[in-house]
Amino acid sequence: MPFVETGTLKPAGGGGWREIKGWDPSLTMWIAAALFLVLLMLFPLAAIFKASLWDESGFTVNKYIEVFTNGPFLAAIWNTVYISFWVGLIAVFVGGLLAWLVTRTDIPFKKTIRALVMASFVTPPFLGAFAWTLLAGPNAGLLNHGYRALTGSADSLFNIFTAQGLIFVMALYSFPYAFSMIANVCELISSDLEDAAVILGARKLWTACTITLPLALPALLSGYIVAFLHSLSLFGTPAILGLPAGLHTITTQIWTLFQYPPRLDLAAAFSVPLLLATMLLIALQKKILGKRGFSTIGGKGRQRRLVALGWARLPLFVFVLLVMTLSVFLPYWILLKAALSKAWALPLDWDNFTFNNFSFALAQDSDTQAAILNTFKLGILTATAGTFLATLIAYITNRNLFRGARYLSFFALAPLVIPGIVLAVGLFIVYTRPPLVLYGTIWILFVAYLTKEMPIGFTQAESTFKSIHPELEEASRIIGANRFTSLKDITAPLAKSGLIASWCFIFIGVIRELSVSILLFAPSSKVISVVIFDLKEEGQIGAIAVLGILLLLVSFLIIIGIRWILDRDVVATRE
Amino acid sequence: MVKTICFVVVAFCSLGPSRSIAQDSPLVQASKKEGKIVWYTSLALPSSTSIAHAFRTRYGGIEVEVHRTGSQRVLQRVMQEASAGIRNVDIIHTSDAGHFVLLKQKGMLLKYTPRGVEPFPAGFKDKDGFYFGMRATLSVIAYNPKLIADKDAPRTWKDLLNPKWKGKMVTAHPGYSGIIMTHVLALVDLYGWDYFRDLAKNGLHIVQSANDPAGVVASGERPIGANGAEYFYYKTQKQGNPIQIVYPKEGIPLVVSPVAIAKDAPHPNSAKLFSDFIFAKESQQLLADREGLYTGHPEVTYPADKPKLKDLKLISVDADELEKRNVEIKKRFTEFFGA
Repeated sequence: MPFVETGTLKPAGGGGWREIKGWDPSLTMWIAAALFLVLLMLFPLAAIFKASLWDESGFTVNKYIEVFTNGPFLAAIWNTVYISFWVGLIAVFVGGLLAWLVTRTDIPFKKTIRALVMASFVTPPFLGAFAWTLLAGPNAGLLNHGYRALTGSADSLFNIFTAQGLIFVMALYSFPYAFSMIANVCELISSDLEDAAVILGARKLWTACTITLPLALPALLSGYIVAFLHSLSLFGTPAILGLPAGLHTITTQIWTLFQYPPRLDLAAAFSVPLLLATMLLIALQKKILGKRGFSTIGGKGRQRRLVALGWARLPLFVFVLLVMTLSVFLPYWILLKAALSKAWALPLDWDNFTFNNFSFALAQDSDTQAAILNTFKLGILTATAGTFLATLIAYITNRNLFRGARYLSFFALAPLVIPGIVLAVGLFIVYTRPPLVLYGTIWILFVAYLTKEMPIGFTQAESTFKSIHPELEEASRIIGANRFTSLKDITAPLAKSGLIASWCFIFIGVIRELSVSILLFAPSSKVISVVIFDLKEEGQIGAIAVLGILLLLVSFLIIIGIRWILDRDVVATRE
Repeated sequence: MVKTICFVVVAFCSLGPSRSIAQDSPLVQASKKEGKIVWYTSLALPSSTSIAHAFRTRYGGIEVEVHRTGSQRVLQRVMQEASAGIRNVDIIHTSDAGHFVLLKQKGMLLKYTPRGVEPFPAGFKDKDGFYFGMRATLSVIAYNPKLIADKDAPRTWKDLLNPKWKGKMVTAHPGYSGIIMTHVLALVDLYGWDYFRDLAKNGLHIVQSANDPAGVVASGERPIGANGAEYFYYKTQKQGNPIQIVYPKEGIPLVVSPVAIAKDAPHPNSAKLFSDFIFAKESQQLLADREGLYTGHPEVTYPADKPKLKDLKLISVDADELEKRNVEIKKRFTEFFGA
């Protein structure tokens, strides 16, 4: 490493700011990044607060009173909390178990399991929800058909249009968040402690519960909170599964407030307490994590040995297979069937077979091509800008580069606590009027996605930095490298795969984003998810299936491409 | 579905020399210079798309950008763009006549009388000449004959209140569909809100578009559509799906869906040309033949298996009342049905 080239070792003869003692030349960049982030978050948040508290006649709390004395609104809040609570639990259980199995045990087909978790992660939740309406609609759903054919019963086995159905489908597509968070940590925990327990005579399960579990606890809690907040802010899934049963969640309720004549003020008032409550939750998470402050990789050697599952290997593998069947195999199969059928509910024989859905969706519908182009343009732009910004911010907060730096993480995580649709109101208010009119172009979506994906990018980047102990950088700086150099030569190589993971997470987050897009798109700036939602509202099942398959194919191609470039797994950061 | 579209395209293209506007007229020239029309429409996507293709083929590649969504969403998008000062939409088409009362009031429409609308009935024409009814849709009951025997099927709106249909019906939503907005107001005029309060007790599956119940009934997810666009039921039936349409004797909501040009249309000439095109007899005839729609054109003939409008008892609602009661209707419907 070229330590000698660094500025600090050169004789300080030039004058200017380099001479100021203790001044870190990289500080300008950190402060610029921090300011940009704060402004990015503050604009829409301030707009929401303002819209909820001021109207033409001045300051008022009437909007809060109107919202919180309204039965349907209160029901929507209850539904949301109830659903998210269970989604979080199921997601952490399934995600945590799978993460542990894949990283610490001798479960077979690990690579395949990881790939399937990735597939589940890549699947847009609204697409999964759509597929499940075809699978488990109480009457026409194919699983219920099969059940009735097998048992001769007149009842249905599943009704997906219920709160339970909603929880089930949301959990299927939320567990990968918990998985990736927990898998990363499981990979980093060295086996030394587990070995020690085993040497002292502890059994495998006991070791897992008393050593591995507590070590992974911060990750489990983070996983829970992320899954909880993720499901809280979902729009497409409740719109597709809840509304048909007359079940509103906060997001769908707010969305209806944008119908003409729009009640943005009520929407804002509806979201503010939610914002505060979630802030508390995140503060709590910080506190829990703060107490433990694990740095799981140091500069020292680490060893990881696999737990032999023994007799439990097969049942656990079957469980994994079941999860994957529900979240990936069945939905993909039904999408393919719907794309190739004239009538999706009938058997796919020659009479029912058609390519017309493809020609209609891809060639005739004039929305599609522009939407495809917009979607991928936005995906690449946002992922690149977002990874860069998230990385800078995560580094600042993690290394506490200046006073108050740790409060930045609040800003980076803030979008998590704002349902996308509420963020959209804020952005809508800010960017539809001078000085900066972005509405009607893809740039308002860019700003929205950048804001919305910041928590994912940031969490990913932060856990990457958390696992790289500052002692490595400190060592390089003691030898004389400045911060830029040690970043470039020490931190960046260690963080590389984590950052590429960030990029992928953001890209995939963007191309399947619906809850923000649904309000911020203009007809001239549609994206694929919005086109799919439009088609869903009209019941164009074949065309939705085609676009859904397209979205999935492109996502997979990108992931495979990146894996090929890196020759490694992007979800698992260190193998 | 695509077969239908191709057919329509071919049919539109082969209209021949009888067309009303010469290719070299000043309007066509000016339109070709603009090269494009942006159409916000609530007409079913396959139907809108086929009209767009026909227009493009006829007028040497003038592009038609179709943005199809529900009537209430069309209005929402038009208003959002207006409030942000964005000029994008040329032609506005929804199935909620109240929208056009509102848009006219706000001065957002361009006054233009398409060629050939003179003989249309009064109900299809705005008295001030801002908007004209491009099509007429009925909201009807439908059922799946594979799952419900013809003799048991509901025949009247009141039949739907029978508890034996609990969990067996689907409804579209007035917060999305202009057809359903009109439907709700028509039935409220007939029976009062009690009708919907009682209907909701039967636990209906709620979809958005008035076209969606056709698919839900055909797949058997719910065997009875408590409302929905008749033309889409008809088209779905023609594609070989198990659907029977019921025209209730108590009265059928008649929905006249207007077309208007936006005041700030970025392509005003093409928009005028497009208006002329869709009101021409040939186009109106094809709406009837291939899309299963009714129209206001007095010379248009209908497929033999469709009832004649004069044989049906139709209920129409006042556009001003629709405009005034829009919020109330959405609110009460949501109150009863939960969403």
